[in-house]
Amino acid sequence: MGVGSLILLILCGVAFCGLGIGISKLIAPSSKNSQKLEAYECGIPTEGGTWVQYNVGYYLFALIFLVFDVEIVFLFPWAVVLREVGMVAFVEVLIFVFILFLGLLYAWKKGALKWQ
Amino acid sequence: MTIYLFYFLSFLAILCGLMVVLEKNPVHSVLYLIITFFAIAGHYILLNAQFLAVVHVIVYAGAIMVLFLFVIMLLNLNKETEPHKTNLVKFAAVISAGLLLVVLVAALRGTESLPSPSTINADMGLVKNLGKVLFNQFLLPFETASLLFLAAMVGAVMLGKRDIK
Amino acid sequence: MLSYIIYKAILVVIVFSITLVAAMYSTYAERKIAGFLQDRLGPNRAGPFGILQPVADGVKMFMKEEMIPNVSNKFLFILGPSVAMFTSLMTGAVIPWGTSLTIAGHQYSLQVADVNIGILYLLGVTSVGVYGIMIGGWASNNKFALLGALRASSQMISYEVALGLSIIALIMTTGTLSIGEIAAQQHGWHWNILYQPLGFLIFIICAFAETNRAPFDLPECESELIGGYHTEYSSMKLGFYLFAEYTNMFISSAVIATLYFGGYNMPLLGRFVHDPNALVLLGTFFLFCKICFFIFLFMWVRWTLPRFRYDQLMNLGWKGLIPLAILNIAITGIVMWITGKIN
Repeated sequence: MGVGSLILLILCGVAFCGLGIGISKLIAPSSKNSQKLEAYECGIPTEGGTWVQYNVGYYLFALIFLVFDVEIVFLFPWAVVLREVGMVAFVEVLIFVFILFLGLLYAWKKGALKWQ
Repeated sequence: MTIYLFYFLSFLAILCGLMVVLEKNPVHSVLYLIITFFAIAGHYILLNAQFLAVVHVIVYAGAIMVLFLFVIMLLNLNKETEPHKTNLVKFAAVISAGLLLVVLVAALRGTESLPSPSTINADMGLVKNLGKVLFNQFLLPFETASLLFLAAMVGAVMLGKRDIK
Repeated sequence: MLSYIIYKAILVVIVFSITLVAAMYSTYAERKIAGFLQDRLGPNRAGPFGILQPVADGVKMFMKEEMIPNVSNKFLFILGPSVAMFTSLMTGAVIPWGTSLTIAGHQYSLQVADVNIGILYLLGVTSVGVYGIMIGGWASNNKFALLGALRASSQMISYEVALGLSIIALIMTTGTLSIGEIAAQQHGWHWNILYQPLGFLIFIICAFAETNRAPFDLPECESELIGGYHTEYSSMKLGFYLFAEYTNMFISSAVIATLYFGGYNMPLLGRFVHDPNALVLLGTFFLFCKICFFIFLFMWVRWTLPRFRYDQLMNLGWKGLIPLAILNIAITGIVMWITGKIN
């Protein structure tokens, strides 16, 4: 039952996005010239290529995020059945989270969490 | 109804999987891969494993693919900058892909001896049952996974910090 | 069966239009509140008190010439804002807007889809929402747009960790992933904010960061990045990006109200009203009051606090909120153990 409604919602969403773009394309005026089609960037002619050297920090944070994301996924089933599986599982999860916290501390200590 | 959805999703998954390989532009490849992941998540929902489906989207489409996009966007791997591949690399690629094919075929041949689907609990994929099994029967593998995560984290930090210096 | 499908279709359309109208009027509210906080009038020309301003803005968005820079990838350039808009609209489905109306002996639930993993669905859609900004920023072929997109996605994934951890603490107390059940559990005074005050604080900070609202609006900070990831956009596609932000704000307010502030529950209401249907509608009304309060909070914060620096933002996320959220999980578990909820 949930799936049917979701499919309906997805169809509605796609229709809304498509109609929005489509109608605006139909009724909006259009007068193109070559200067208009240049990238705006900051208002003056663009200088150099778009791809300059970006901070490696973005990549590093994404890697650490990946580890944590998978960890969170493991914790969800535990949180749901916490009352039934009892204390043993709780202690297990505390150890699990503690080991991961060690990882975070390591990254912290190494300066990987420092934005530079 | 379900069978049509199954065919549609399978078609989508295989088509987009092919496009991942055939597409020249790496950003397009990654986007096709994301669609493939969504199609596979749809299969999980058809198997009544909603938890697995959403986790698949969160981890694969939401985390791993973001990382891929970061790398591709940051390096700006375009068609022009594609490195020239030597024949040795191509040969190695054919060999390893062929080996993977052998493994897959061998694995799929074994499916005939699996128990029929009706004997498996259909609600197995629900999050409650999953949690009970994971935290009763599989406590040790679960703990070991945390060590694996720790190793992954340390590896990521090592790699990243080496680049910064 | 047919009547069921019609009812679901009507519900989907209603939820859809309410989300859109609420987002439209959030833009109006933002400008009015900004005006109020800065001691000026705000929009007041279109209609009485400028009440038609959002309609005028919408028409303008449609009528503006659309420009796609010729250096960019056309398809991805259009796909970016569409994905942003689409994902922001997908989240309204799992929010329980009320309990069930009883019409002619039939129960009609006011929740579009009570999926039993509603919270994870929300997290999943949020994590996909990153792509709208990333694709758009990349396809613009513009240094500042790309940098804005990188900042946005890096910030969103950083705060997603703390968001997930704070939700885990909430689920420990509720024992379910279904948002409908979580809302139903909070009848009377049993609002989750009383059990999870720290979790709520972490959640709302992360919600601000996930919606790219001030003080976390670095992806579009004009003083450094011109317009951020939507610098190159114009007409309806720019409208989609802006609209998606307000839709996200509305939905996050609804999620905060539902998860922590009792959703459609209002204490003592049952004492004064006895008609069940009226009670349901009043509950929905109070839910919207709570949502409006949180939208106001979003705007109040925006026009009061200055923006973070990017390293401060990352520090807060990784060194502040994540350890705090892990601590919150431990505290929640220990309190539950002391009070005998875990056997």
